[in-house]
Amino acid sequence: MITTDMCIIGAGPVGLFAVFEAGLLKMRCHLIDALPQVGGQLSEIYPQKPIYDIPGYPEVKAQELVDNLMEQINPFHPTFTLGERVESLDRQADGSLIVKTNEGTAVHCQVVVIAGGLGCFEPRKPEIENLEAFEGKGVAYMVKNPESLRGRRVVLAGGGDSALDWTVFLANIAQEVTLVHRGDSFRGAPDSAEKVFELAKQGRIRLILQSNITKIDGTGHLQEVTITAKDKSVTQLEADNLIPLFGLTPKLGPIADWGLQIDKSAINVNTTDYSTNVERIYAIGDINTYPGKLKLILCGFHEAALMCQSAFKFVYPNQKLSFKYTTVNGIPTF
Amino acid sequence: MISFTIEDRDGSRQTLEIPEGINLSLMEVLKASEYNILATCGGMALCATCHVQVLEGEEALPSANDAELDMLDTLPDADSASRLACQLRVNENLEGAVFRIRGSE
Ligand SMILES: Cc1cc2nc3c(=O)[nH]c(=O)nc-3n(C[C@H](O)[C@H](O)[C@H](O)COP(=O)(O)OP(=O)(O)OC[C@H]3O[C@@H](n4cnc5c(N)ncnc54)[C@H](O)[C@@H]3O)c2cc1C
Ligand code: FES
Repeated sequence: MITTDMCIIGAGPVGLFAVFEAGLLKMRCHLIDALPQVGGQLSEIYPQKPIYDIPGYPEVKAQELVDNLMEQINPFHPTFTLGERVESLDRQADGSLIVKTNEGTAVHCQVVVIAGGLGCFEPRKPEIENLEAFEGKGVAYMVKNPESLRGRRVVLAGGGDSALDWTVFLANIAQEVTLVHRGDSFRGAPDSAEKVFELAKQGRIRLILQSNITKIDGTGHLQEVTITAKDKSVTQLEADNLIPLFGLTPKLGPIADWGLQIDKSAINVNTTDYSTNVERIYAIGDINTYPGKLKLILCGFHEAALMCQSAFKFVYPNQKLSFKYTTVNGIPTF
Repeated sequence: MISFTIEDRDGSRQTLEIPEGINLSLMEVLKASEYNILATCGGMALCATCHVQVLEGEEALPSANDAELDMLDTLPDADSASRLACQLRVNENLEGAVFRIRGSE
């Protein structure tokens, strides 16, 4: 089991900055995020967009801000569990909490900080008969480890950049790659689209256009994919893996069932310290709501600072907190 | 007044009447009319959570630009009648149109 002072759910900009504020008060942090990378909305939705309202930065690209936040918190050695979604919370007799993920990772902590933004980013699932029955048995919505697909017969579905990029990448790894797309052209990066058409021409991948996957079958593990074309003709294909790549969409998910006061998919908090109605659980950033709430990175940063001042009493119950500027002592690392 | 009809996820229909000359997108009008629509990116054609399907009146609408088509390509349930509500301006082109909300709640 991982042991830490503060477990932060969500590694978006606000969760990341909370590590810095906690670090100044000598509180250690572990962060969990359902996405395989840190950065929340900034890295997932708009990495290349410039942001203009971060103090001290007249303009900064979203991904650059995330990279800088990572550099800023590095001295505090936060630890991460990425690609796992937090499912449950268990209260211990001494008031501390154990946070558990869908993959069984457990984190014991004194304080939980929910910095979950709009919720968990979850894959958009196409309507395919039997799809959910084969999740983890050949069906996956992201490629976590390309090596696991070496020598296998892989079918990808989708027409966006990630479908194109993974098709090109897996052409060198998998035994057989098929890309199924409902349209007849790709509008993703022209360069990737060109590569896909070229690979198909060389016979290194199979490209099935104007078609949708409608059904999958197998005994125990995926074995067959049924593809229906626009003209209603049906093709059956042997396959070991199916990877539908249709992007992600945020859902509030399990947090909704934790006994927290929720108002329109956001958690009600006390604005003196951003605590929730449940002791030792705080909510900061886009996930919280209070009169006048603005969903801005800047506001989440402010909330993180106040939250840490309040959380200190649960981590160091016998110490009195005295406020000092960072310029007084510099950055006290562990 | 511009009037068009919205079909919600449960099939219920409502006709909205919007004064001419207001500079809003269909997504903004849907939000203002209390429809449950995520619109995560705030109308930048970056999230596709404002997906609608044009049931009637498609021919009068301006065609989608590349950014909109790129985003629609990432949706598993889009078809040739799919649009992003944030990319449609509410003007006389929408008169009499019927839209079905498709974005997830
Ligand atoms: C297109 C766009 C442009 C924007 N421009 C600006 C701007 O210019 N200025 C500005 O200030 N703001 C802007 N915003 C808003 C800004 O991105 C958000 O305010 C900010 O991302 C909120 O940060 P956060 O850390 O609270 O949440 P997020 O960035 O949403 O991060 C939350 C993270 O929590 C994870 N998570 C949630 N639930 C769980 C769970 N149960 N288990 C595991 N992980 C979980 C999610 O996967 C996610 O990675 C913009 C937003 C968009 C979409
Ligand atoms: S609101 Fe994001 S694409 Fe329309």
